[in-house]
Amino acid sequence: MNTGALIDWIDARVGLGPLAELAHKKEVPLHRHTIWYYFGGMTLFLFVVQVTTGALLLLYYRPGAESAFESIQFIMTDVQFGWLIRSIHSWSANLMIAALFVHMFSAFFTKAYRSPRELTWVSGALLLFIVLGFGFSGYLLPWNRLAFFATKVGTDIAGTVPLAGGFLLRFLRGGEDVTGATLTRFFGFHVAILPGITTVLLVVHVFLVQKHGMSTPEGIDRTRLRTMRFVPNFLLRDLIGWVLAVGVLAALAAIFPWELGEKADAFASAPAGIRPEWYFLFMFQTLKFIPAKILGVDGEVIGILAFALGGLLWVIVPFIDRIPGTRTSRVFTAAGIVVVLYIIGMTIYGYVG
Amino acid sequence: MSQDQELPPAHFSKSITHRNLARTVATDRADFGVLSDEPETTGPLSSVTRPSTRRSSASRSSTSRSSRRLARIISLSIVLPLLTLGLFGLCYGQKKDSCVECHSQMEGELLEPVTHSKDDIHFSRGLSCSSCHGGDPTQDDPTSAMNKGKGFVGKPAPKDIPNFCGKCHSNADFMKKFNPSLRVDQQKEYLTSVHGKLLESGDQKVATCISCHGVHGIRGVKDAQALVYPLNVADTCGKCHSNAEYMAGYSIPHDQFANYKASVHARALYERQDLSAPTCNSCHGNHGAAPPGLASVANVCGQCHVRQSELFQASVHKTAFDTMQVGECKQCHSNHKIVPPGDFMIGTAEGSVCTSCHIEGDGGYVAARQIRGMIDNLSGRMDSAMAVLGKAERAGMEVSRPKFELSDATNSLTNARVLVHSFSVDEVEKVIKPGLETADRSEKAGNAALADLTFRRKGLGVSLFFILFVAVLIYIKVRQLESRHPGAESKPN
Repeated sequence: MNTGALIDWIDARVGLGPLAELAHKKEVPLHRHTIWYYFGGMTLFLFVVQVTTGALLLLYYRPGAESAFESIQFIMTDVQFGWLIRSIHSWSANLMIAALFVHMFSAFFTKAYRSPRELTWVSGALLLFIVLGFGFSGYLLPWNRLAFFATKVGTDIAGTVPLAGGFLLRFLRGGEDVTGATLTRFFGFHVAILPGITTVLLVVHVFLVQKHGMSTPEGIDRTRLRTMRFVPNFLLRDLIGWVLAVGVLAALAAIFPWELGEKADAFASAPAGIRPEWYFLFMFQTLKFIPAKILGVDGEVIGILAFALGGLLWVIVPFIDRIPGTRTSRVFTAAGIVVVLYIIGMTIYGYVG
Repeated sequence: MSQDQELPPAHFSKSITHRNLARTVATDRADFGVLSDEPETTGPLSSVTRPSTRRSSASRSSTSRSSRRLARIISLSIVLPLLTLGLFGLCYGQKKDSCVECHSQMEGELLEPVTHSKDDIHFSRGLSCSSCHGGDPTQDDPTSAMNKGKGFVGKPAPKDIPNFCGKCHSNADFMKKFNPSLRVDQQKEYLTSVHGKLLESGDQKVATCISCHGVHGIRGVKDAQALVYPLNVADTCGKCHSNAEYMAGYSIPHDQFANYKASVHARALYERQDLSAPTCNSCHGNHGAAPPGLASVANVCGQCHVRQSELFQASVHKTAFDTMQVGECKQCHSNHKIVPPGDFMIGTAEGSVCTSCHIEGDGGYVAARQIRGMIDNLSGRMDSAMAVLGKAERAGMEVSRPKFELSDATNSLTNARVLVHSFSVDEVEKVIKPGLETADRSEKAGNAALADLTFRRKGLGVSLFFILFVAVLIYIKVRQLESRHPGAESKPN
């Protein structure tokens, strides 16, 4: 059976016509901000890399306080190309979050969340939180010293949330302290719960993107707008980016293999200058700056509430900033610039300060 | 609050009561005046700056002034009796001690018992001067207070000091009231010491209790400022033993203190602040201080270096050293100036202690060279393995397992260095062999990691070539497509 016959066979049973029509009709606007369109696809590609390498790691990874570290050690030293899979998984996670941030802020500054794309934005913002959850839960899985104490600090912060703090802390840790029970729980979040939620949100997000097409930013003359066919032109350009991303990942994995460190020990002292991964650093640094008490209220609690409020505002931005070109809209743009500068500044300060 | 602050001499207190009380009250009155306001205020400031205030004050009702005055009188009538009662309580509420009262007014060494007593463990436990020196501290008259008929002892002569302190410290019943865990055989032990024997023979210069523990300002052994605290012991002994002039009459050297300070033990004690590290009394004893004789040197060192001592006792050297009448551990390690031991001490090269007895050709000489050779071999192989593993680790390779395994070789080396005290080539070889195998395995693992690193780098180069090649191909395809179908005009989005 040749390829054409195979496609015909599948078409007769599945119905590829609507998909082919969608692929044929889908176009990408060409303007000075077109480059930002690539970051959505890049994030999706790196997510696929995560799923693939994660599935391979699952073949050898054994969750548990007595086996997790040893199994990663085994993957890094004894499994053929285990080092490559694990290092790519770790590096790709970081690159995915970076691509996601770029994708999200480009959508924000080009006002891509405007009607009728509010739900596209909301599903994307929720995906950001889920991805951060992936990062936080995955960080503990090697069960090394740094991960152990970072999780301890992170869950301690969650424990200070007013009213629900105690419950949250026990829910995350599976008890009062970070133990093997926490590791098992985080493993469950990382490989089952979060992927499940992600699948639903991702389907919704991609469906909405296809339904509404690419958003054209304000200030672009739409009457004279040129377009590019999504298939194959834009997709091939995307593919170049993905192939290069594989190269970058391979180089990072070969030149800077992801460290394993020392096995977690609850009785050892916390490593000096302990800090979370870079994507949490701006929040961590902010909480360090907040005074212990503000008007008699715990400073950390105020900080966490402020971040929660900021996150909520971020999700509902499309419902507040509705009319383009207004003063309110410009305020949102300015606020976005401040947020970006704040995140970059605090992250740099967290590393060099 | 310290003792002398709590217990002012009675006659001083009386004078405070009668003379200073008036001043205190006057001060109180002045304070009340300032607080209350203008009437008592005098001087230029009041006449120049206060008129307006006065005028405004005058305009206040006389009722409020009267009520303030009444409040002042009531306050004074409450405060004064309380103050008087407090001072009387302070003066007469405490037990009278004429020793402290009189010596507080004296100068020089007669004042010292009072000034030093605030740090004294005996005073802190409620004992007083008369507890040791006898007499009657309730008497103001010196003759009655220091009456020998009332057990007054005064300053004991050196020969009487062991008995003076031993009155209590050798009395188990009495000591139980204060510190049941404290030994009560110090005096008995002291009399067996070199110090005690010389004292009994009439030598008044030798150390007695007070030489090491101090007089009046005696602190507990666990007090970091105590003269007998581990960090201070060598200085305390050195006061006499490093004083050439003082030690002139005795046939012992006076360089022990300087030598000890240069030793590995002193380094552990002073630099690492390891209080378990030995100081003078650890080897010589404290109350029963005596130099360990030839037969007991190994026992003394063996208190801590148990394994080395056992090995030596079972070795051929034990008999040889006993026959030669040389100090066992001391012969190779010295006594006070015990330098950090090292591999340089073993073998036949310069600096080796073996060649001080063994000459080329004899069995000991050959054994020394073999043992040193084996230790050097293991040490070198371990260094080599560590260097390879370190290089691989710095390159990002995961080598924690072989690094951990290498610690087995470290254990073998340490064990071999201890087994040197058996002076048996076979014994040393038994532990060196597995150490060498471990070191070799670790080095192989390190080399494998480095080889893997090279493979990765080469693999990366090849992969990047193909990746870039594919990217370029796709790019060419895109260019072809776009030249055939350039972007179309779009409808408004």
